[in-house]
Amino acid sequence: MSSPRHPAMEVLLKVMRIPHAAFGVVFICLTVVVALLAPLIVPVSPEEMDFDNLLSDMSWAHLLGTDQMGRDTLARLIYGARIALIVSIGAIGLGVAIGVPLGLIAVYFRGFVDDVIMRVMDALVVFPSLLIAVGLAAALGGSLTTVIVAIGIANVPWMARVIRSQGLSIREQDYVAAALAGGMGHTRIIFKHILPNSVAPVIVQSTLSMGYAVLTEAALGFIGVGIQPPTPTWGNMLQQAFPMLEQQPLLSIVPGLAIFLLVLAFNFVGDALRDVLDPRLKGVIH
Amino acid sequence: MWTYLLRRILQMIPVLALITFMVYALMLAIPGDPALALVGPGESLDAEQLEAVRKEHNLDKPVLVQYGLWLGKAVQGDLGRSTQNYRPVTEELATRARVTLQFGLVAWVLAIVIGVPAGILSAVYRGRPIDYVATVLSIAGVAIPNFWLGIMAILIFGVTLGWVPTQGYVDIFVDPVEGLRHMLLPAFALGITSWALIMRQSRSAMLEVLAQDYVRTANAKGMRKRRVIGIHALRNALLPVVTVFGLQTGRIFAGSVVIETLFGIPGMGQYMVQAIFARDFMSVQGAVLLMAMAVLLANLLTDLVYAWLDPRIRYDE
Repeated sequence: MSSPRHPAMEVLLKVMRIPHAAFGVVFICLTVVVALLAPLIVPVSPEEMDFDNLLSDMSWAHLLGTDQMGRDTLARLIYGARIALIVSIGAIGLGVAIGVPLGLIAVYFRGFVDDVIMRVMDALVVFPSLLIAVGLAAALGGSLTTVIVAIGIANVPWMARVIRSQGLSIREQDYVAAALAGGMGHTRIIFKHILPNSVAPVIVQSTLSMGYAVLTEAALGFIGVGIQPPTPTWGNMLQQAFPMLEQQPLLSIVPGLAIFLLVLAFNFVGDALRDVLDPRLKGVIH
Repeated sequence: MWTYLLRRILQMIPVLALITFMVYALMLAIPGDPALALVGPGESLDAEQLEAVRKEHNLDKPVLVQYGLWLGKAVQGDLGRSTQNYRPVTEELATRARVTLQFGLVAWVLAIVIGVPAGILSAVYRGRPIDYVATVLSIAGVAIPNFWLGIMAILIFGVTLGWVPTQGYVDIFVDPVEGLRHMLLPAFALGITSWALIMRQSRSAMLEVLAQDYVRTANAKGMRKRRVIGIHALRNALLPVVTVFGLQTGRIFAGSVVIETLFGIPGMGQYMVQAIFARDFMSVQGAVLLMAMAVLLANLLTDLVYAWLDPRIRYDE
């Protein structure tokens, strides 16, 4: 008899059965592998300038051409993928790390604590996360850490709201009442009963938010408050390429296409995860 | 109804206070001396003069007191002066808001004019090529960076074809034709996400409505398809569009920050970015207050229109 599969593997297999989600998973995995192996697969440094080849077209020496300083676009694109992934993982990780405990505390204790936490979250939600990120990135200065913090904080209210709305019904379940009556501590109830049963929508929200984080990072880079050059990011590549639009359009096309495909991949996977993990749709998927 | 309206308006006050306080604290957290930002880079003042500037602008007081003083003036309509050009912030905001509002509205109209019919057609011709094309475009619309779409639009329609101007702004009330020509590309780029969401939402709402008994009855009675859709289905399919409106108003403001920078449009978004870089406290605060009020009012309007479109929703109970 074969051993039962790990639940995560079960979910992944179900997601992979949906064609566009399979594309998403493959594209994300490919981006991760390319980003990790960047120093091995990129023959030139993304900051190395080739003054004999300024704004060059595609060639064997420079597969995606060069920018106005003769830097290899492909090398910058691949190193930019690293930044895009680090920012999306870091920012969403931070959003989850702060937002989820806040949402859990709010839903578990309810009353005054819930009111205070959720009113602050409501105030933050009113304001678009891009604006919060612009303000924070400008306040903290444009570096990798500050961009992660800025996008991460902008995601906190969404994570808190998602886990709170899911936790509201879990909180009222008999097994939670039984655990309380049995003398189980608050922390244990939260981590043993409420968190595991509310985690599915957080996973879905996180995946979708990772795409949005890639978009936000690019927008910050484009308006000049993101990670500063010479570090290549897809956003600052677009910013530097814009004045060269007439001379070399390829410089603007390539990073934008990369952002679009990665966001699309995250959206596809997020949508599929919602279908697979949402208990109301589980029967349909089976 | 009126009680509900009053309660909602009253609920906005603490949210606005909280947002403006957070922004106030954030602006003070930006590295550097705010007094130096006030006098500008060209001036060189000694310590005593700087102290006088601090005192004059209450920068020597605790943050809460400073914020309280600002709030006290703000409720009387005085948002202070911009440190960039010394104009009153309210005046500057009035000029800038007019610009953003104009091209935000054009973006909305474009989004609705494209999104709603596309969603309806997609639902009515479910499974046909038109449905696939519309669905693929709506999926792409949500994932595409709007400023990149703007760059591509500049490349194709501005640089290559030369059909429309790619930079600047002309007031639509002064010269409607030139104004619209200038607004077409930025409004298209700004509205793409809204268009895609409206299309998605109206498609699924329409599919739901088309499966209802009353639509089947109307069809069975021999009512013409166009009439069934126009009379019975459209009103219900419009509900999600209203929801998207509330959610997207904030997004449109956020998008304007990037799109206005890209197209050189002197609106609220560009103003805010410039003010953040210049540490122009009063301008940032004023812009934030106005944007937050607009988003909150849009949410309120959404709920009210929702009740009007769907009489089952009653807020008094």
